[in-house]
Amino acid sequence: MEIWYLPAILILSCFIGYFVVWGVTPALHSPLMSVSNAVSGVIIIGALSATGAALTDVAGWTGLAAVFFAAVNIFGGFAVSHRMLMMFRRREKK
Amino acid sequence: MPWFLPVSYIAAAVLFILAIRGLASPRTARAGNALGMLGMLTAVTATLFSPAGGSWWAVAAIASGGLIGTCSGLKVRMTALPQMVAAFNGFGGLAAMLVALSEVSNGSPARFDNALGLIVGGVTFTGSLVAFAKLQGILSGKPRPTHLAALTVLIAASVLTGQFIRQGGLEIFWILAAAIALLGILLVLPIGGADMPVVISVLNSCSGWAAAAIGFSLNNMLLVITGAIIGAAGTILSYIMAKAMNRSLINILLGGFGGETKAALRSENRTAKAGNPQDAAFIMENANKVIIVPGYGMAVAQAQHVLQKMAQDLRQIYNVEVKYAIHPVAGRMPGHMNVLLAEAGVPYEDVFELHDINREFASTDVAYVIGANDITNPLAQTDPSSPIYGMPVLDVAKAKTVFFVKRSLGSGYSGVENPLFYADNTIMLYGDAKQITEQIVNALEKN
Repeated sequence: MEIWYLPAILILSCFIGYFVVWGVTPALHSPLMSVSNAVSGVIIIGALSATGAALTDVAGWTGLAAVFFAAVNIFGGFAVSHRMLMMFRRREKK
Repeated sequence: MPWFLPVSYIAAAVLFILAIRGLASPRTARAGNALGMLGMLTAVTATLFSPAGGSWWAVAAIASGGLIGTCSGLKVRMTALPQMVAAFNGFGGLAAMLVALSEVSNGSPARFDNALGLIVGGVTFTGSLVAFAKLQGILSGKPRPTHLAALTVLIAASVLTGQFIRQGGLEIFWILAAAIALLGILLVLPIGGADMPVVISVLNSCSGWAAAAIGFSLNNMLLVITGAIIGAAGTILSYIMAKAMNRSLINILLGGFGGETKAALRSENRTAKAGNPQDAAFIMENANKVIIVPGYGMAVAQAQHVLQKMAQDLRQIYNVEVKYAIHPVAGRMPGHMNVLLAEAGVPYEDVFELHDINREFASTDVAYVIGANDITNPLAQTDPSSPIYGMPVLDVAKAKTVFFVKRSLGSGYSGVENPLFYADNTIMLYGDAKQITEQIVNALEKN
């Protein structure tokens, strides 16, 4: 039974994603892409546990490289999303 | 596993969902982005403090990667946004690939999940690099036929995958990694430059699926949840883009479209009417309603700011109603044109999507088409033999007067000629999009 937990989570998450993403206004599809860019950098937590506490072997170093690239992804994605979203403003009332 | 790890992962998953939910409206979007950052901070901090992960090396890697990411995110020009998103997708794929390699080096028993993470991540990585090179102009946008080579590599990779799943083995896994890296390149090379919006959406989706696959190999629920949501987001965006071009996703990904001009109907007897900016200014200031239709050519000419000046002058001096109409593929990625206009200070209430504004052209005096072509081509509705047949287009022809700001009568990306140039109510304004619009602004402000 336990081996079905993750597949169940996967499928239910696809549905959540489906409904939440259709709710995004088309005007914000570019920020959606950069936010999801940033969020997909969550792979960093896998990279962190792959690196482990000590860098003794190939596994540690490849893990560390993964941490680096995922960090570029996260910070870059959130920074550019923030910049874009600051541009979307309402018309000033005269 | 310490108790705070699953708790913070659940919290992070909820915060990520709320971050995307926030994008439902420009009013809540900034708060959403902040929640996304908070979610990431929660997940990363918890992992760093858990016994499994966390060293000063890791902190240093996060700091240096974060510095590079932040700088490029803050510096990138908005016209170069698609390439940056492509590059970031690539890094996500590369990270997934590296985690899979690290896990297998450590003797992880989850062979199938690791292979899946490596394959999806690897194709995302090198595919994104090619997309980046095409968008940046390092590689030409022309489709290159590499299908046969791709098929060969695909077969080789399948054999290697089968071998690895049955027997394991680190050497096979590294060879598989190389084959997959090559496959990603060969899969994206045949796709033309005009189809890159779809390609980056697909790659965005793949970076999510790669994270989900790694989630299975590490037995990590946060990676599975987040990966699935990002995967779904990219899939939906790809679908929207493909639909906006009336092409199937398979057709796009097989490539070969655009780049070369096909022998289109020559229309020797017809002549297009040319006008000058002063006439255009006169007609627009006497109009009740003007709809501006921007295309990517407008952004290339850097005309967005002067365009907004024109809209403001029309509204404030002459009391004309001005709206912007956006086709889903007007830019180089989903929603790109909205960002370019927002950057120029256009309020988002003035910008309308194709389906919300298409009926209004019939009651519009002037359609001002600037740097756009295919997205207004009526042949897409009337000529079944046209390569763009069935693509939804903006009905600018229904406006009383149509201005086309263009360098020449050339055809668009698709290589299809636009009969609208020769229509009775069309006036061509030949020249650079920015200079023409500047001259109109001067004429508007002179009176």
